[in-house]
Formats: sequence, C-alpha cells, structure tokens
Amino acid sequence: MLLKLARQSLWNRRGTALMTLFSLTISLVLLFGIDHLRKEARQSFTSTISGTDLIVGARSGQLNLLLYSVFRIGNATANVSWATYQRISKHPQISWTIPLALGDSHRGYRVLGTNLDYFTHYRYANNQSLQFSAGQPFNDVYDTVLGAEVATKLGYQLGDQITLSHGVGAVSFSEHKDKPFVVAGILAPTGTPLDQTVHVSLEGIEAIHLDWQQGAPMPGRTISAEQALAQDLTPKAITAFMVGLESRMATFVVQRQINEFKGEALSAILPGVALAELWQMLSMVENLLLLITLLVLIAGLVGMMTTLLASMKERQREMAILRAVGAHPWYLFMLIQLEVLLLTILALLAAAVTLVVTLWALQDILASSYGLFININPFSLQTLYWAGAVLLVSAVLACIPAFTAYRRALNDGLAIRL
Amino acid sequence: MTGIQPVTDKPKIPAIELKNVVFYYQTAAWQLSLPELTLQQGQHLFIKGASGSGKTTLLNLLAGIITPKQGEIKLGGEQFSSLSPAKRDTLRARNIGVVFQQLNLITYLSVLDNVLLSGHFAGLAKTAGEQRAKTLLQSLGLGPELISQPAAALSVGQQQRVAIARALLTRPALLIADEPTSALDADNRDSFMQVLLEQAEACQTSVIFVSHDASLRRYFSQQLDMQQLAQGVQPCC
Repeated sequence: MLLKLARQSLWNRRGTALMTLFSLTISLVLLFGIDHLRKEARQSFTSTISGTDLIVGARSGQLNLLLYSVFRIGNATANVSWATYQRISKHPQISWTIPLALGDSHRGYRVLGTNLDYFTHYRYANNQSLQFSAGQPFNDVYDTVLGAEVATKLGYQLGDQITLSHGVGAVSFSEHKDKPFVVAGILAPTGTPLDQTVHVSLEGIEAIHLDWQQGAPMPGRTISAEQALAQDLTPKAITAFMVGLESRMATFVVQRQINEFKGEALSAILPGVALAELWQMLSMVENLLLLITLLVLIAGLVGMMTTLLASMKERQREMAILRAVGAHPWYLFMLIQLEVLLLTILALLAAAVTLVVTLWALQDILASSYGLFININPFSLQTLYWAGAVLLVSAVLACIPAFTAYRRALNDGLAIRL
Repeated sequence: MTGIQPVTDKPKIPAIELKNVVFYYQTAAWQLSLPELTLQQGQHLFIKGASGSGKTTLLNLLAGIITPKQGEIKLGGEQFSSLSPAKRDTLRARNIGVVFQQLNLITYLSVLDNVLLSGHFAGLAKTAGEQRAKTLLQSLGLGPELISQPAAALSVGQQQRVAIARALLTRPALLIADEPTSALDADNRDSFMQVLLEQAEACQTSVIFVSHDASLRRYFSQQLDMQQLAQGVQPCC
C-alpha cells in the first residue's frame, strides 16, 4: 500500500515529477558520462605505448620527448646522429630498437620514418602488436604504410600515390612532389596516435631530402626518384629511438649509461614514468571536471527536495486524510522517503539507458573523427558505488521534506487547512 | 451538559467515555474542559459549534491525535489517552472513522482504494476488506461502475458517501463527522444524513456529528454546545 501510495502520488504530480526526474537524469548522465570518459581517456592514454623500456632522443625534458615521439605533438630540439644510434643499439643489454625520424607530414598527418623493426616490436595497449587491415609493411624506398584514420579520412587504398610535405603544418608550401609514395599497407585501428601517422622507411625520408638543404630545396639541383635510389640512402640522423631491453632489471643502468653518453647529449626516458607524469598534469583538469559534475548532481538533488518541499503544502489534505484513517506520522515520513527513492531509482535507470544509447550512437563518430575508442559499457563496480552514494545522499536530503510531513502530521492533526 | 447521561438498561461498554478532560495550548489563554461525556454504542451525538469554537481541538482529542492535559478518554472501554502515539494511531484505525467537511478522498487513488485505506491501517485482510467495501459502497448507492474510477471524477455528494464507506469499513465504535454536509445542497444533505445514520446503525457505530447548522439537530437525540466547553478568551482560529 505504501508503495502504491508513493507511486500514485508521484503519478498524480507527474508534471513536476517528470521535470525533477529530467533534471536529475541529466545530472546523473553527466556524472556517469564524465566518470566513464575520464577512465576511458586514461585507459586510452596509458595504452598508447607498451613493451618499450626506454625512449631515447636528444637531451630535453622527458615530457617533450614523450610528446613528440609517442603522441606526435611538438618537435624535437635536436637529432640523434646515425652513428650514435648504431653504437647504442649494439649495447649488450639492448634487445631491439626502433628508429624514429619525424619532421614531414602529409595533409596534416605526421610522417614517421622508421624501419621494419617498428612493425615487429612496437606494442600498444595490453602488449598488442600492430595488425594490418590491408597490405603489408613497406619493402621499397617509396612505399608507405598508413595509420587507420589517415586511410579512412583521406580515402586512400592500396596502390594510391601520395606526396609528402616538408614540415608539420596542415598546409605546406614545400612538397616533395617529385618523389611520390605508394600505399603498401594500411594498419588496423589502434586508438592511439599511430592511427594518424603515415609510416615510411628511413631510406624514403633520406631520399626525399637528398636535394634539400637547411629545410629548403637546393636551387639548381634536382635528383629524380630513380637517381635517388642509386645513391647511398643511409640516414645521417634520426629524431629518436625506442629501446627494448633483454631484461627489465637493466632499465636504470642502461638509462644512466645513455644519459651519460660521451659522444652526444642524449636523454633516455621511461615511457611509463613519463606517461604518469603527463597524466598527473591532466588529472587536475579531470578532477575539476568531476567536481563540477558532482556540484551539478547536488543541484539536481536539492532541486528535487525543493519541489517536494513545495508540494508539501498542497498535500496537507492528503496527509490529514492518511492521519485520520490511522497512519502514524512515521508512515508519512516513509511515504516521502519512498517517493524520493522511486524518483532517484528511476533517474538512475533513465541515466543508464541514456548513457548507453548516447555512447552507442557516438561510438563510431568518436572513433572515426577523434580516434577515441570508447567502451560502450560505462558500468563498473565503481558505478555501482556511485549509484549507492547518490541514493544515500538523496535519502539524507529527503529527510527534510519527510520530516516536514512528520512534524505537520503531529501538529495539524485532523485540521485541513485549505 | 450533565444531562447527556444516557438512560439504558443493558450494561454495555460505552463507545467513548470522557472524564474531567481539560485541554489547552501553551500559547493561548483558552481552554477546553469537559467534565463528563459518555456515549453508548449506537448512540449519536450532535455537537453544535461555529468555526473557531475549539471544534477541531475537540475532534483531535476524540480521535487521539492529541491527548488531554488532564482527565482521561476511553475508547470502547480502553484507556485511549495514556497509550503510546503509535498504539493510538492503530486504535484510531480500528475504532474510529472520520468524515471531513469536504475533499475527503485522496484524489489520485481509485474509489475502492480510498475505502480500503482505513482497512490497510486497521490490519484488515485485503480480500475481506474488498468484499466489505463493495457491499458498503453498494448500499450507499455507489454502484460497481464507480469503484475503479479515480476519486476526483465523483461529484461532491458521491465523494462524501465514499467517505462514509471508508469510515465504516472497519466497523468502528465511533464515527466522527466534521461538518460533512456543508458542501452539499439541501437534497443531497438530507439523503446524506439518512444513509449515514442508516449505515452507522447497521454497524452499531456511534456518530459524533459536528456542525454549526442547527437544522441538522433533528436527526440526533443528544446535543452538546461547544460554547459550554470552551472557556476563556478565544483565539482567532
């Protein structure tokens, strides 16, 4: 009967109840949505690189090195000479290396010069290796392998020809038009900056810059694509390289040795540590966002209480009738509590449905336009805790109108004030 | 006032018994005192009083919402005034029916659910309650077609009858009616009084009927005037 009363009473006031439900649902969607995105962002962020023990580049801060080598953001301060790279990669503790040469772009997408070790050793997420959705790794100087997003956004297929531009802007005035590259492979989506990368061989990078000097074409001297192939295409320098060690135990030893390398000023960073530091900087924004969401939620809950408190006046008759037929004041207290509980549970369910539908609808757009791979299921054990906390807070807040009902029941008795 | 003592042969338990009852509010220079009032089962009482005469206070006392500062109230032989609030609520649910001036029903519940409310708090079995509710409504002139209607869809006269059905569902010892006819026109009023007393008779329920309308006095054998009970300066409301 109590449940029936609560249900029907709410239904009787469905106009205000629906609005309350609506505002509460919005704040819950915000709370759960932001909490989910936060976790997904962290997940996607930390899964960008895995299995790499050290990243080595010219001496700079670890964030800068991490940003340009892994996230393709910003630029290197200096290069690492090929000779140094060769020397370090022969270190007995080092199992493999991946050279990285950055600085060119293709229609806004960064070009990464590397070698075949990249496709063998690069790992992301939970130690996943790179998969091809079409084609294979490059085996010619003028072959290129596209990241998933590059291929879908620009509509490239295997065999298409693309030209690279010098520099990293979206619009470049100096293109390497004379030496086009052929799409040899397309990678499967990874949800990392890799999807936005154009991969070519180190030799390819060298070839297009043969007739360049100081970042500009040398006047009066052109070397055709075929002529370039005949020349020595061993790179003179690379931007950075990734290192896999024989044993993780050696990480700090090798790091120190590289940092103290005599020939050249180098920095070796631990990607995990650098990622954590970067995330810590971002987490302040993230926490602020969560705080705002919590405030929105509290506003929603307080709004619900205000509506209930306001409705207490028009419900005096209802309360007096219930008292007259023998309802104890506690019964009225519980009635209000139950109404709040019903509203909150309904709002939680509505929020869950809204969130899943929204994520489901946005999943493709987020993946294709932003390279964000969001799990469609926003629920975890923590969501359950959140929901429990929301119920608890609403029950505590509901004591205000519920206690009003209780006190009025004691004071007013059978008097009906119209 | 002492002339209310009824003359009866059978030693029945009185429906309600008040002795030396005094009630006052801390803030008002006014008090209600009732040295003695006994109503045998099935006997009715008319209380005449205008609004502001302490009527509501008396009704709250009789219904056990408030307790007297002095004296005692017995309901069906049970000490009413000294019980715990929760027990008084239960006792009220079982032994007292209340019919208000108007707007007696919870508008969002169906007619049947409104009637069943009193059974719910009295702990009446659901099926038995429904059965009795239907017969009661039928005898009050409310056919089965109205039973599942929302209470708000009924006319005022019909609503007041539903209120009678609700008040009598548990066969209470006492029915308190607070100006139940004030919203009714003359025809409706007379038929309302008839069915009320008829059904109360059938349940052996004593009716305490409060009204300022002296013309209704003729339905009752006993009368009490609020002015005799209230003493001191009257508060504004």
